[in-house]
Amino acid sequence: MAHDSHTHHEESFWRKYIFSVDHKVIGIQYGVTSLFFLLVGFCMMMMMRWQLAYPGEPMPLIGGLFSENLMPGGVMLPEFYNALGAMHGTIMIFLGVVPLGVGAFGNFVVPLQVGAPDMAFPKLNMASYWSYFAGAVIMMSSFFLPGGAAQSGWTSYPPLSVINPGQTVWLVAMVFIITSSLLGSVNTIVTAIQLRAKGLTFMRLPFMVWAQLVTAFLLVLAFPPLEAAAILQLMDRLTGTSFFMPTGLVIGGQPAPYTGGGSPILYQHLFWFLAHPEVYVLILPGFGVIAEVITNNVRKPLFSYKGIVSATVFLGVMSMVVWAHHMFMTDMGTKMTSFFLVTTMIISIPSVILLTVMVFTLWGGSIRINTPMLFALAFLPMFGIGGVTGLPLGLAPTDIPLHDTYYVIAHFHYVVAPGSIFALFAGVYYWYPKATGRAMNEFLGKLHFWPTLICMNGIFMPMFFQGLQGLNRRMYDGGVAYAHNADILYLNEVISIFAWLLGLSQIPFIINFFMSLKKGRVAQANHWESTTLEWVAASSPPIGHGNFAQAPVVYRGAYEYGAPGAKDYVPQNQA
Amino acid sequence: MDIPYTVHARPDTGLYNAKLGIWLFLASEIMLFGGLFSSYIFLRMGADVWPHGSSILNVPIATFNTVVLISSSITVVLAWAGLAMKNFNQFRKFMFLTILLGFVFLGVKAYEYNQKFHHGLYPSTSVFMGIYFTMTGLHVLHIIGGLVVNLYFLGPGSKMWKSDPDRFLNRIEVAGLYWHFVDLVWIFLFPVLYLL
Repeated sequence: MAHDSHTHHEESFWRKYIFSVDHKVIGIQYGVTSLFFLLVGFCMMMMMRWQLAYPGEPMPLIGGLFSENLMPGGVMLPEFYNALGAMHGTIMIFLGVVPLGVGAFGNFVVPLQVGAPDMAFPKLNMASYWSYFAGAVIMMSSFFLPGGAAQSGWTSYPPLSVINPGQTVWLVAMVFIITSSLLGSVNTIVTAIQLRAKGLTFMRLPFMVWAQLVTAFLLVLAFPPLEAAAILQLMDRLTGTSFFMPTGLVIGGQPAPYTGGGSPILYQHLFWFLAHPEVYVLILPGFGVIAEVITNNVRKPLFSYKGIVSATVFLGVMSMVVWAHHMFMTDMGTKMTSFFLVTTMIISIPSVILLTVMVFTLWGGSIRINTPMLFALAFLPMFGIGGVTGLPLGLAPTDIPLHDTYYVIAHFHYVVAPGSIFALFAGVYYWYPKATGRAMNEFLGKLHFWPTLICMNGIFMPMFFQGLQGLNRRMYDGGVAYAHNADILYLNEVISIFAWLLGLSQIPFIINFFMSLKKGRVAQANHWESTTLEWVAASSPPIGHGNFAQAPVVYRGAYEYGAPGAKDYVPQNQA
Repeated sequence: MDIPYTVHARPDTGLYNAKLGIWLFLASEIMLFGGLFSSYIFLRMGADVWPHGSSILNVPIATFNTVVLISSSITVVLAWAGLAMKNFNQFRKFMFLTILLGFVFLGVKAYEYNQKFHHGLYPSTSVFMGIYFTMTGLHVLHIIGGLVVNLYFLGPGSKMWKSDPDRFLNRIEVAGLYWHFVDLVWIFLFPVLYLL
């Protein structure tokens, strides 16, 4: 059946690979684009780390490549530093991790795992990718504008963001990215609910599908308020309204040309109403990948499938009512603060359940160590550190001294960098054989993993100490100007060196990624001896609608590993 | 291999794909307008003075527009019902009426905006005028989107009635759901902005 359409008419190159409506191609497009942007965002950070380690010194090698109004004499200007900081956050989150976790894995894996021929709305799927691509191009183009790119952080708090240059382009790009994620997540939900194979009940879905499903619901429901905020901020910038501009604002000694009467705090509410669920959007696809990789390599079922699924759904619901714990420093009052403090403590429970189930799954298993498994195993303690260090930030009394210090940076990077990104790396190594028909090189994989793990900790662990000392996270000079930072300033250089080493550690991955396309070991359809449906489809399934030779029928749960007999696993489609 | 449940409902969920899709889309739209309505409440609570909507805005003309939009919600159902009864002419008649009413709404809105500009009332005049223009402007964009879809189904899109009538009926139902939503947003906008 899969080949019917091909025998009748061969699709043109453009239709097949560029403006493709096939979920596998779109998933790979998302994957390659988002990996590229992860590298771009990381390069920006490596440049910022030079300025932090050696403030005011000209940047070697590449310093001369930039124009005089960004880096005169190779020394970074504060405005350019701010633009890099804002764009690093924006790119990493909206163009890197989310499109990789949701766009790439959601697109490539979910239809295969539910046994569907494609996504429910293939044309919308293509529109989703190209809308993301347009948003990305617009976002990057802002660097070439007269005023430069947005400079107000990825959070874009007004009034600064309403005044600073570059922000209009940022907002327009965000509208494209929001549209893309809306189209994508509606598609994912409909696919997972409507296109499940015969016999694949909800409680037989692989956990990856559950994670993507909850993530998609978060994106559908939480992104629109940010769109509302973006519309209001665009109005402030373009038509001179004062939604976020308070009365009596003075800019550079002059009264600001706004009528006033607005509220900067309103923006923060709208922003964090998205951005806290966004945290779970960043981590849940990662957890989905981890569940697949760990069960597969431990050769055991998940410790508690029902527990982890209900914890995930609960997590999704709770994530909508915790946003203002990012706003303890605003004057929202003790009642509000207490409410969000309590909900934040409650939401830590399902997060701990997720992690605990993964750890207990390891118990008593005969663990196969391969590259995806290494990344998955490292994810557990790394995410654990990120999670535990988040608790003091969720409690108002301890948050107040830690707010806006490097402690916060260390905390959320532990969750996202050695957390989410490790999980996503695991996913790349794990599903690469399915996507290309060849496995990635194990030696290069390990050469990628070990230095990356060491460097990640070398970067983010010292930041906890800097933050506890009170080093503010937005210092252009790395905090030299403040006496209380004196003892921990030497760490700036240490962190920067680890950051550049981390950059070098990605080279084996890049080589591996491209070299394995041609030279990798040819993979069997079920390369990892897995139970889930994507491994029933042919290795590197044919492009075009139709993934399976016959529509699969499911008879059992997703993780029947450790079965007695010659094969230690029972695929879901085995009667 | 065709994608299942594009035309007929999946037995255990009782939905065809597009119907679930449009409900999810509408859920996100509710969150979008919900965000703006919440902003309205937040801004109003924080304001020292807040004008009574009827002292600035034209209530009779907005009442007329409310009647226009509610009528168009009825006609879009009748258009769908015509198709469901295999009466293509009834569909064309009522879809045409729906689109006509949509344009009447837009015309009245344009007149209203023009009046405001004439009186020197712009989005930057006050927070109230700002939120008025933002919310009604976004609603107008939604109306325009709906009109484009409806015009397509009245014109070139209606060819599908010959080739795949069941699927065309689904499309009209989905477009109708969206049109009802746009109507519903106005039913909230009208009292909040004009009457309170």
